[in-house]
Amino acid sequence: MEKKKGFFDKDSTKSVLSSLVAILFGLLFGLIIMFIASPTQALTGFGIMLTGGFQKGTTSIGQVLYQAIPIMMTGLSIAFAYKCGEFNIGVPGQYLVGSFTAVFIALKATFIPNSLLWIVCILGAGLAGAIWALIPGILKAYRNVNVVISGIMCNYIGMLLVIQGVKASIYNPSSAQSYPVSATKAIPSFGLDKIFPKSNINFGIVVAVGLCIIAWVIMNKTTFGYELKACGFNKEAARYAGMNEKKCIIAAVAIAGFFAGVGGAIAYLSGTGKTIPITEALPDEGFNGIPIALLGFSNPIGCIFAALFIAYIKVGGNYMQSLDIAIEVIDIIVASIIYFSSFSLFVKLMINNWRAKKKKGGNTA
Amino acid sequence: MDYAIEMLNITKEFPGIKANDDITLQVKKGEIHALLGENGAGKSTLMSILFGLYQPDIGVIKINGEEVKIKDPNDANKYRIGMVHQHFKLVDNFTVLENIILGVEETGFAGKLKHRAAKKKVMELSKRYHLNVDPGAKIQNITVGMQQRVEILKMLFRDNEILIFDEPTAVLTPQEIDELMKIMKELIAEGKSIIFITHKLNEIKAVADRCTIIRKGRYVDTVDVATTSKEEMSEKMVGHQVNFSVDKDEPNLGSVELRLEHVTYKPRGANKALLNDITFDVHRGEIVCIAGIDGNGQSELVYNISGLQTPTSGSIFLRNQDITKMAIRKRNDLGMAHIPEDRHKHGLVLDYSLAMNMILKDYYKPTFQNNGFIQFDKMNEYTDRLIAAYDVRSGEGGASIARGMSGGNQQKAIIAREMEEESNLLIAVQPTRGVDVGAIEFIHKELVKYRDEGKAILLVSMELDEVMNVSDRILVMYEGEIVGDLKPKETNIQELGLYMAGSKRG
Repeated sequence: MEKKKGFFDKDSTKSVLSSLVAILFGLLFGLIIMFIASPTQALTGFGIMLTGGFQKGTTSIGQVLYQAIPIMMTGLSIAFAYKCGEFNIGVPGQYLVGSFTAVFIALKATFIPNSLLWIVCILGAGLAGAIWALIPGILKAYRNVNVVISGIMCNYIGMLLVIQGVKASIYNPSSAQSYPVSATKAIPSFGLDKIFPKSNINFGIVVAVGLCIIAWVIMNKTTFGYELKACGFNKEAARYAGMNEKKCIIAAVAIAGFFAGVGGAIAYLSGTGKTIPITEALPDEGFNGIPIALLGFSNPIGCIFAALFIAYIKVGGNYMQSLDIAIEVIDIIVASIIYFSSFSLFVKLMINNWRAKKKKGGNTA
Repeated sequence: MDYAIEMLNITKEFPGIKANDDITLQVKKGEIHALLGENGAGKSTLMSILFGLYQPDIGVIKINGEEVKIKDPNDANKYRIGMVHQHFKLVDNFTVLENIILGVEETGFAGKLKHRAAKKKVMELSKRYHLNVDPGAKIQNITVGMQQRVEILKMLFRDNEILIFDEPTAVLTPQEIDELMKIMKELIAEGKSIIFITHKLNEIKAVADRCTIIRKGRYVDTVDVATTSKEEMSEKMVGHQVNFSVDKDEPNLGSVELRLEHVTYKPRGANKALLNDITFDVHRGEIVCIAGIDGNGQSELVYNISGLQTPTSGSIFLRNQDITKMAIRKRNDLGMAHIPEDRHKHGLVLDYSLAMNMILKDYYKPTFQNNGFIQFDKMNEYTDRLIAAYDVRSGEGGASIARGMSGGNQQKAIIAREMEEESNLLIAVQPTRGVDVGAIEFIHKELVKYRDEGKAILLVSMELDEVMNVSDRILVMYEGEIVGDLKPKETNIQELGLYMAGSKRG
C-alpha cells in the first residue's frame, strides 16, 4: 500500500521536511536580530554561526557531538514520555538528581576500578532519575495529578535536595561548588579523541545515540511499546483491552526519568572539570530538551538529529564571540533559532493543508 | 418555486471516502422534509455542512433563493437555521431557561443577566406550541422527552425558521414519539420548515410531506410521501429488497455461561444506585437482549460485567468462576469478547492503524508476539483476512489510520476483531449502530451463527426491530433495574414500549 503514496505524502517525509522549514524560519529570524544588533558584522557573524560546527575542522565537530549529548538525552526523555501521553517537564530535576548521583558515586565509590566506574555512575544516575520521575508518575497513575504540575514541583525539590547533598558530601569550600570528576575517572573516549582531536568528546555520545535507538525499537517494535503508545493515545481503550494503564504511565515516566538521569551523568563525567553549582537555578539542558523533542517530532531518532543541530548552532554561536558581538546577543539569536525550530508541528500542518489543496486540484474549500 | 433551503450538488470528501457525492436537497417553505438514508449514508455530513460545521468541496447553498456561505454555526444561526442534535447539547445543572438563553443572553448593568423578558418569551412560546416546559426546572431533573422540547424551544427562542431534527426519535419511547410528531405538525402550521433526519419509515409516513433519499453518499430520489409506499422508499434507501427478519432456529440451551447475582452499582457520591439488585443468567446457545431507553443503566451493566467498573455489591460468575473483581485481561483470557458501546472511547485506538487495532486484545499472545517483539507480518496477514471476511473498507487497507475511517467501517473492524477472537461469551452493545443495512443482515447472521456454535451472547440494543428479531429472551431495563423478562414471540413492540417507559413491570 505504501507504494501508492507519493513521496510528499509519507508522514516521515513531511516530518523531516517541516523540521527543515522550521529551522530555515529560525535562521532567518536570527539573521534579522543580528542585523538589528550589529548591522556591520551581521553577515560575517551569521556565516560563522552557520559554518560553526566546521570552523576548526574535526575539533569543532567533536565539540558539537560533546554538546549534543546532554540535550539529546533530555530531548529523548521528553519525547519518550510524550509518546505515552505525558509531558515530562520534570526533566531538569531528573537531570540534576542524575548528575549528583553520578558525581557522588565517582568521588566516593573508590573501591570500584576506574574502568568500570563510569558505567556504574551512568546506571546509578539513570536509576536516580527514574526514581525521581516515579513521584509524578505514581501521583498521576493513582491520584490523577497532572504530571506538569507535580513535575515542576519535583524540579525545585530535586534542585534544593541536590544543593544540600553537595554541601553535605562532595563540597569544595574553596570554590563554593562540588568537586569535579577527574579525567582519570571520566568516561573513556575509546579513540574518539584521535578522530576529533582537542575536543571534549567521549564515549558518552555512543551511549546516547545507542539509547535513542533502543528507545525507538521499544516504541515501535515491542509489545511493551505497543502498550505504552496505546495508553498514550487512548487510556480508556487500553483499559478496555486489558492493559494496565497505571503501570503504563508509571513505566513511561520512569523510563523518561532514566534517560534524563543518564544525560546528567554523561555531562558531568566528561572529564572537563564540570562541577555542580550550589546556585538555585535549574539546568538549561533540562528545558532545552523540549525544543529538541518538538523539532524531532517526539521520535527518538529525530531527537538525535535535533540535538546535533542545536549543538551545532550553539558551537557556532560560541565562535561568533571572535567578532565584537555581545555574548547576550548571541544567546538571543541561538534561543530564537531554537524557538522557531519548535514550530515544526505548525509547519507540518501547513504542509498537510497544502497537499490536501493540491490534491483537490485547486478547489477552494 | 419557493424553497426555504436549497443545497445544490453538494460534494464533500474525507480522506479515503466520499461522504457526500453530488447531493441535492430542496426544502419548501412550511413542509416537513424527511432526509432518509441508512446509517453512514451521509445524512449527518450533509446537515453538518448546512449547519456550518463543514465546508462543502463543491456545491452551493441557497436560502430563500439567495446563495449564501455558511462558515460556522453562528452563520447558520444568522440565517435562522436551528438544529436538535441527536445527543442534546444542554448543560445538566442549568435550568431550562438558562439553557435556552445560553449564547444569546441579554445583560444589564455590570453583566447582570436579564431573565424576565426571556422568561416571558419562553412561556409564550411554550404555550403557543403546547410544549409544557417549566423554565425553572433543572435539566438533570427532567425526562429525556422534556429535554428534547427544551432543544426545540432553544430554536424557537432564536426565531429559527428552518429546524433540523437529527434522529429525534432514537431516544424516545413510542408514546413520546407520538407527542413529538404532534409538535412537529404544529410547528409547520406556524410556517416553519423542518428537515427530519431518520431511517425509520413509519415516522416518515406519519409526518413528512416529501422525502429525499440518499444512499452511500449519493442522491437517489425525492418523493412525495403520500403517494409512495414504505416498501418503495425502503428499496430506494438500501438499493435492494431487505429481509428484516432473521432466520434462526429455536435456541438449544446449554449450561449457564454468565450469571449475575444481586449486582448493585452505586458510584461514589451518586445519590442513587445506577444498577439495583440485578440478577439474571445467560445460557450457552442463547441470545439474551437487554432492551431499554438509552441511559437506564445498560452501559453500567456492561461495564460491570466486562470489568471496566466494579460492582458495589453482588457477584458475577463466568462459567461458575467468580469474576466480580477479576482483572480485565483475565476476563478476556477466560473467553469474554466485548463489542463496546462507544467505539471511539473504548473500541479503538484512533491514532493506531487498522492493523494495530485488530490485535488490540491479542498483541501479547504467542500468535502475534515473539520475545516481546510484535510480529508485524502475522498482524498484517491476520488483518487482511479480517478485512476481506468482514468487508471493512478504508483508504489504505490495514495501514489506514482508524481515525480517518468512516464510523460504519470502524464498527465493522471492531466486530471483526471481537467475533474472530476465541471466546464463549460475546457482549455486544449496539453492534449494528452506524453500519449499512447489508452489513446489519450480515452481523445478525454472524450473531446467530455464534449462538448456534453453543456460545452465549448478551446483546444490548436500542433498536426495537433488532431486539424483537435477534433475541431469544428480552430483559427490559428501567432506571437500573430489570423490569421485564420476556420472550419476543409472546410480546409486541407496544408492550415493550410500556416496559421501557417504566409504566409496566413484570
